[in-house]
Amino acid sequence: MTMLGASGLVLNEKLLFEHSQPGRKGYSLPKLDVPAAKLPADLSREEISGFPELSEVDVVRHFTRLSTWNYGVDSGFYPLGSCTMKYNPKVNEAAARLPGLADVHPATPPHLAQGMLELMYRLQVALAEVSGFAKVTLQPAAGAQGELTGMLVIRSWHEARGSKRSKVLIPDTAHGTNPATATLAGYDVVPIASEGVLTLEEVEAHMDDNVAALMVTNPNTLGLFETNIEAICKLVHDRGGLVYCDGANLNALMGIARPGDMGIDVMHFNLHKTFSTPHGGGGPGAGPVGVTEQLVPYLPAAGVERDGDQYRFVTGNTESIGRLMAFHGNVGIMVRAFAYASTLGGAGLKHASQMAVLNANYVRARLEGVYDLPYKRRSLHEVIFSDKDLAGGCHTLDVAKRLIDYGYHPPTIYFPLVVKGAIMIEPTETESQDVLDEFCDAMIAIAGEARDNPELLHQAPVRSKVRRLDETTAARKPKLRWEDNP
Amino acid sequence: MEFPEELKYTEEHEWVMVEEDLAVVGITDFAQDALGDVVFVELPEVGTVIEAGKAFGVVESVKAVSDIYAPVSGTVEEINDDLVEAPEIINTSPYEDGWMIKIRMADAADADDLMDAEAYQALIAEES
Repeated sequence: MTMLGASGLVLNEKLLFEHSQPGRKGYSLPKLDVPAAKLPADLSREEISGFPELSEVDVVRHFTRLSTWNYGVDSGFYPLGSCTMKYNPKVNEAAARLPGLADVHPATPPHLAQGMLELMYRLQVALAEVSGFAKVTLQPAAGAQGELTGMLVIRSWHEARGSKRSKVLIPDTAHGTNPATATLAGYDVVPIASEGVLTLEEVEAHMDDNVAALMVTNPNTLGLFETNIEAICKLVHDRGGLVYCDGANLNALMGIARPGDMGIDVMHFNLHKTFSTPHGGGGPGAGPVGVTEQLVPYLPAAGVERDGDQYRFVTGNTESIGRLMAFHGNVGIMVRAFAYASTLGGAGLKHASQMAVLNANYVRARLEGVYDLPYKRRSLHEVIFSDKDLAGGCHTLDVAKRLIDYGYHPPTIYFPLVVKGAIMIEPTETESQDVLDEFCDAMIAIAGEARDNPELLHQAPVRSKVRRLDETTAARKPKLRWEDNP
Repeated sequence: MEFPEELKYTEEHEWVMVEEDLAVVGITDFAQDALGDVVFVELPEVGTVIEAGKAFGVVESVKAVSDIYAPVSGTVEEINDDLVEAPEIINTSPYEDGWMIKIRMADAADADDLMDAEAYQALIAEES
């Protein structure tokens, strides 16, 4: 007997459409006890082509089997660079499911939702304290919307001064979303080069009176701290610009250094990275934004203020950039982030960052000499190798695919673009030395296989349910829906 | 890897073939090899005025999305429509069937400053 979806027997699971049997159904309706009425002919159709007909158990088994194919941070090490795939403690989930928090309707009058408002207020304060900013808005729905919020705030600040600056400087070590955000905010992007870290000279060479802002990621996508950041911020300010920081890599800095203290004007947080709320699979995330005092008036017309022992929603003012979404943002994510920050406290957050940095440097030290390390400086929270020294004509993609055979989610690859064949590893503070050692042993074994049996790497993965997928055809000729006769 | 002698090259890995004041532009063999399988190309509309050094289009592969920069200034005279349906042509024939746009140059002398095949090969030897 073969059981679909069971390991070692039949490794595939048919689509629901392919499970369909005519007449099979998963519902039973009560007997009709009123006169039957027919829908108007123009609103009904006899048959929906290919609509699957299934029983309840067919559907339950289908999705249960698929769920066992999933790989998440709850099932194993997930060193996806630039994504901070840290473990999400279950206490956060328990907090988010408390009826008093989970069931509050967004239109509930504030005096009947004081607990939720207090939580939002205290999260705003905690994020401002961690980052060194005057005020934080919680509204943006995720990182990219946080970036847009920040850049629109910068735009409004310039416009209020009658300035029509049109350019934004973005170093080649920034996150890929930064140029998209600057463009969406109506700016022309000027890419600038870094030498691992950004130099004052490079910024000076491009910083003219048409530059509205510099967008940096700190630590940058090479996992390096921007050591010249203070002098760079001063230069940009002296020449009338502002500095935006992509806060996606804040997990390296909590309790150690504050972007607000470095001279940065605006930064977004990724609660779904740094503050341990679930991410991947489409979210929801949350991308709060912190700003300096002079930018507070431009924040979205949302947030919570404290008035004595009462909390109330901010109504905004005429300078505000407006709302980014309906209501108050992804509140369930705020609850999880608040639970995480409260559980750890200030000292705990600092320890988390220290362990994240230690873990990345441990991986760096163990794999240096086995894989090419293009930037030798000590890393912060992530470390970038390349495939330059790999034997047997093997490339980064082969290593990533082979890691699947060893039971790991592959790291981020071919990013950042400044490193050819980049392998970007971010272990996070979640992992013990045992896990890191097993992973490094696998990486070392794979480098050995590249030398002794390169074909194995080219064929990898060989132990997974599906082999190497044809990503090229999937991208060139995507099939976005099931069709009876494609 | 081939780098035809009759073409001019840019630091951003575009090639240009100049015929009087018309410049045919594409990406080099080195560029297509570094990108890997190209899956999508975005080109400007005919009649668009483009400026040397500015991005005029986008090429996307399974690895990365990259801007394509205009080697010369002028007006887009023709685009290679075939690339929309079959972007893989860029991988199989970067210098011939994989051409991207033809630019009617504002100043034909624009192309004089670009690299020749020898200088371009020296550049990529340095990069890789």
